[in-house]
Amino acid sequence: MNILVCISRVPDTASRILVGSDGKNIDTQGIKFVVNPYDEFAIEEGLRLREKNGGTVTAIVVGTEASKDVLRTALAMGVDKAVLVKGKEPDDSFYVAKNLAEYAKGISPDLILLGRQSVDYDSRQMASALGELLGLPSISVVSKLTIENGKATAEKDIEGGKEVVEASLPCLISCQKGLNDPRYPKLPDIMKAKSKPIEEIVPIETQNKVTILGMSMPSKKRVGKILGAEDSDIDELVKLLHEEAKVI
Amino acid sequence: MKKILVYLEQQKESLKRTSLEVITAARTIASNGNIPIVGVIINGNPNAIKVAGEYGLAKIINAKHTLLEKTSIMGFSNVAYQVAKSEDADVVIFAGNAAGMEIAPRVAVKMEAGYICDCVGLEFSDGNIVASKPVYAGKSMITAKIDSENKVFSLRPNVFTSSKSDTVVNCEINDFSPELTDKDFKDIVINVMKNEGKLDVLEADVIVSGGRGIKGPENYHLIETLANTLGGAVGASRAVVDAGWRPHAEQVGQTGKTVSPSLYIACGISGAVQHLAGMSTSKTIVAINKDKDAPIFKVTDYGIVGDLFDVLPKLNEKIKSILN
Repeated sequence: MNILVCISRVPDTASRILVGSDGKNIDTQGIKFVVNPYDEFAIEEGLRLREKNGGTVTAIVVGTEASKDVLRTALAMGVDKAVLVKGKEPDDSFYVAKNLAEYAKGISPDLILLGRQSVDYDSRQMASALGELLGLPSISVVSKLTIENGKATAEKDIEGGKEVVEASLPCLISCQKGLNDPRYPKLPDIMKAKSKPIEEIVPIETQNKVTILGMSMPSKKRVGKILGAEDSDIDELVKLLHEEAKVI
Repeated sequence: MKKILVYLEQQKESLKRTSLEVITAARTIASNGNIPIVGVIINGNPNAIKVAGEYGLAKIINAKHTLLEKTSIMGFSNVAYQVAKSEDADVVIFAGNAAGMEIAPRVAVKMEAGYICDCVGLEFSDGNIVASKPVYAGKSMITAKIDSENKVFSLRPNVFTSSKSDTVVNCEINDFSPELTDKDFKDIVINVMKNEGKLDVLEADVIVSGGRGIKGPENYHLIETLANTLGGAVGASRAVVDAGWRPHAEQVGQTGKTVSPSLYIACGISGAVQHLAGMSTSKTIVAINKDKDAPIFKVTDYGIVGDLFDVLPKLNEKIKSILN
């Protein structure tokens, strides 16, 4: 099986996010960047399918020189090949989708795996957008996957339950927590990954379709009334919820 | 902008609440920008269409085709695209639910449109639509606009209010037969498993969540009881899910679900950044925690500093009595 795993590089989820001086992006000072958490499920699933069916797993990222660190993580986990589409800091989803599609066309993978969303812009669109560019089906937010007889059968999260979806291969799967337990790379593998080759590709430039006008911190003012735990406090809380907030 | 198309989904004999939110939001843009608006529905039933009229839609395209008996993201995307094209609509708005989040990006690619997902605000300004959208799981917010001629948006469920139109609109229904082949149905839903009797955090107006402070799965009934009393859903922090006490479907936070109910009650949750990210757009937030310095209290409307084992049963009784 020829498997392509698309990953991205994002701030660690424990990061405190502040608006940068341009007012449109985050301040990256002191932020630790990691493999997008959902992409770890995608890498792991690719490795497991290779262990079962043979084949190769290629990890790809659209980014800058700095993105090599997440490819090294993927290599340490066990992917066969790492590819960096090296250009500007990606600032438009279409640019990323277009470049991923271009590479995918060249290697015609049987399966393309992605995280359900990258936890920076939370756009949840890459599987569908890439699928559409390639004319392939996609199944999003998948927590269970079976590949058999040229078909993918997947369970995806929907409101209040799950849907079981069948798609013909090649197809795209966006991975959700619960799909597997991603392995931790072992120290010798981390060391070995440092000297493994990373293929670099020149990106196709595209016209940005979306312009970010500004970034701000959420401004919702909270009442901030803190009470004790006496019976009278609980009475007060219920009264506030009923009369002031009018939510019960 | 020439015309707005809204993508509608029906549930039982009516429209999904999220579809009503989309119509209402689109109506505001349409009237501020003086732009016509039309809806598309697949195999729409007469009642659902009637409801669309009550919410102010003057025209609905009802797509019908034998292949549309099946549920398919590729198939439905193609229908939405064909309707947008035949109606000459350059703006398409979806509900950002599971289906919408998969269909909208495909329609955007087909239309060569820019796409902004998960919007929590839409405004007509200077001849364009300015959208606001949470990023970094709500730790910050961006405003953005689409530069391409065609534009696609999806709206976060539960954030936009829905309201009926002041004037009764006579809704015109046009049947539409899309051109579809089996090739448009490479993905097909073969089974749906509903969490029977269990309300999902994404659909709930009230959520009661538990964190590490609940000490073990055997104590979760305290959370469930309060959630039941309030007719709400049960949520959980990441710590609780990672410990295997609760299923991942209940996890609220950056690697779980992002929710915005009217009332969010956090019990024994300290308030890690990644949890706050998933619930900070809730309308009213209540926290119950023993530690008065817990970060959760910085984002709450009402806090109780106390032992949840003591507080929850009392709170439940009080709320019960006021609801009766």
